[in-house]
Formats: sequence, structure tokens, C-alpha cells
Amino acid sequence: MKDDKKHLSVSAIQNGTVIDHIPAQNLFKVISILGLDNISNQITFGSNFGSAKMGKKAIVKIADKYFERDEINRIAIVAPNAKLNIIKDYEVVEKMVVEVPDSIKGIVRCMNPKCITNVEGIDTRFDVVDKADVTLKCCYCEKITDSDHMDFV
Amino acid sequence: MTNRSLVSINDLSTDELVQVLDLAERFEQNPAQRVLDGKIVATLFFEPSTRTRLSFESAVNRLGGRVIGFSEASSSSVSKGESLKDTILTVANYSDLIVMRHPIEGSARWAAEVSPVPIVNAGDGANQHPTQTMLDLYSIRKTQGTLNNQKIVMVGDLKYGRTVHSLLLAMSRFNASFVFISPKELQMPVEFKLFLQEKGLKYEEHTELAENIKDADIVYMTRVQRERFSDPMEYERVKNAYVLRRHMLEGTKANMRVLHPLPRVNEIHVDVDDSPKAYYFQQAKNGVYARMAIMTTILGLTDKVK
Repeated sequence: MKDDKKHLSVSAIQNGTVIDHIPAQNLFKVISILGLDNISNQITFGSNFGSAKMGKKAIVKIADKYFERDEINRIAIVAPNAKLNIIKDYEVVEKMVVEVPDSIKGIVRCMNPKCITNVEGIDTRFDVVDKADVTLKCCYCEKITDSDHMDFV
Repeated sequence: MTNRSLVSINDLSTDELVQVLDLAERFEQNPAQRVLDGKIVATLFFEPSTRTRLSFESAVNRLGGRVIGFSEASSSSVSKGESLKDTILTVANYSDLIVMRHPIEGSARWAAEVSPVPIVNAGDGANQHPTQTMLDLYSIRKTQGTLNNQKIVMVGDLKYGRTVHSLLLAMSRFNASFVFISPKELQMPVEFKLFLQEKGLKYEEHTELAENIKDADIVYMTRVQRERFSDPMEYERVKNAYVLRRHMLEGTKANMRVLHPLPRVNEIHVDVDDSPKAYYFQQAKNGVYARMAIMTTILGLTDKVK
């Protein structure tokens, strides 16, 4: 009985994508970055699962949805260790890890209040200057936004 | 660099930078050249900067071009709420090149992205002011005969001073060494010191002015502003400590020159002005040649220069 409940909490999908190893506190950022709050697919998500590696983790399962590489790398800034399982007919047919891209468009706000992107509300653009710590340099004002001060659009 | 905007000094390769300086030198030798004949340059100053605007307008006029523009935002449609993009797209219809000064950081990059004509950044907030750096480089090369292996002493507000930051980045390409002299509250930011360490370039930090300029090739003075201090008492304590006086120049190297981006308030005492080592007014003059060279290069008219 106990095992059944555990199983139910993250039920399997027939076709789609499973995103695992999301830091629990960033689950909803991942959902928003991937636009999962605006699609009609069936989505199951769970949070605050124990993880030996990362403390509390979250997991998202999206039925009948597959992501492009570029699309999935967008979550790297909030879930750099996320792993994706591509599911077809209940089987994992492919595994993917996210890669921190060289540059990021949108998603993150520049932390400099005097930056043009905050004043005229234009799309942000950053170069990733440190992939390990996810440190971003604004292409406009050239100021640094680090992961501790990251605010999402 | 033809048809490219100049937003940051880092947009230029070292070769391009030297080519612009060479061209500026030719303009100094022969300033009356109507290279910009038939061209219109717009000078859009969203915040006032009379000195920079006059320097640009003088450069355009010397080259036989025409100038349109405004000198403060209140006399433009910005005061009606027009976006920067709309202003740029409109003015681009009226001009071949836009010189822009704007208080918001990153505004110049944004303008360069939306504009069909090249943009020259004449200062975007605390961010970049590349033509100032070009004229500083020109002044250093002219007075020292080379840009290589210079010992640059930077004095005053090294924390907020964008001119010293850009100059540091530019001179780091030429194996410079640096001495930073400032009150504790206005020290050179860590990121620039790390940058120099990574490049293996030497720097020292001091709070005392007079005794640390003896082996300088260039002493670059900047203004220490009262509003930069969180503690007004601290300002009172340090305000006279960073004033350069004539007697301090004794024992400095013969080739040493004092530079200052201007306007000066009191950080260089007027008794320095008559010294052959005072170079700040010639430096401002060099700004016209540097800007002539930059605009000519961007408009692809270097072939017309005699």
C-alpha cells in the first residue's frame, strides 16, 4: 500500500517528457520559462522530493510534449542540473541534460535599475560570463547580474 | 568600422583603434578638410553636456558637415513621452550619423540596434564614453610618443569615474602599469583590479597623492564629488587631499603630463596651469581631432582625407 502511494505521487506517462532534478524552489520558474502554464497538455508535477545530491528536488512530467534543444537550455539558469527523459510508449528512449547557453535572451531581468531594459521595457540580452555560477553580463548596460540577484521577467 | 556604431571602446580592435589615432593625427596636421561635405550629423543630447556637444559639433563643422539636434531632453519630443526607439528611427531619417548622449545605461547599444544609421555614443549614463577614451589615448600617444609601457597614475574618484575605467581597459592592451590614488570610499572597483591581475599587469593602490606621482608618465586627475560620499564628514576630510599643486610636480619625470577629462573644479590648482606638464586644455583640443577621425571612419570616408 505504501509503495503504491509513492508510485502514484509521480505517475508514469505514456508519451512525453520528464524533467527531473529541478531545484524545488525553482519549480515554478521552470514551468513559467517553458510556458507550461499556457499549454493544454496534461502536466503532472511534484516538489520537495528528497534527493541525495541536491536536497529537495522537483519533477515535471509533460504528456505528449517534446522540447527543442534551445528551448530546454533556457531553464539552465534556474535548473542547471536538470535531466530530461524522453518517453515513448512508457519507455525512456532518450536522456538529455541541459547546457548553460553562451547567451540568454529574455527570461532574466537586468539587476541594474538604470539599465535601458528596465527603463524602456525592451527584451533583455545577456552573455553568460560564468557558466558554473550562472553569472550574466547585460549586453546593453554591461553590468553583471549574478544568480543571487536574479529576477525573472 | 565603416557603417558600424561606436558604443564601447571594446567595439574596436587594437588595430582599428590605432588607425583612428593615425587619422586623428592627420586631421591635426591638416584640420580644414571638407570630408563630411553634404553629410548631416544629428547630435541628440538627452542630458546636457555642453563640452562634449561643442566638441562634436566643432568636429563636424571643421569637416564641412552640417549639424542638427537638441541639447537637452526638455526641448525634444522625449518630454512628450516618446520612446528612445521612436526618436532614433525618426532622426535617422534626417541624418547620416547620430551622436547620442543619454542618462540611461545601455541606451546607446539599444539605439545602435534599432538605428539604420550609425550611432556614436557620447556617454550613456555611468556606462561608456568611447570618444573620451579615444582622445585620452591620442593625448597619451602624442605626449609620450607611444602607447606602450606607460605608467598611468589615476587620481580621485576611481569608483564611479567611467573615464578612468574605460581608459584602464584600453591601456591594458598596451602593457601599461597603474597607480590608483583615491580616498578609501572611492577606490577602483574590484572587477578592474581582477582584470589587471588576469592580464598580468601591475597596479598599486595609495591614498596619498604627492609622494606617488614621481615616476608617473601620465597623471590622470578626476573630480571628487561631494555627492559620492555617504558621510559628509568624510568628504570634508579628504576634499583637499586630492588637489594637485605646482610644487608637487617637482621631481616628477620630464615627460610626465597631467590629464583631466574636464570640467575641473579645484582638483588641479590653477598654479599648475602654466606648467609645461599641464596638458588638459590641449587634451580637450585633441578631442576634436579624435572625433573627426571617428566620424570619418564610421562614414567610410577615410579615402577622402588628404
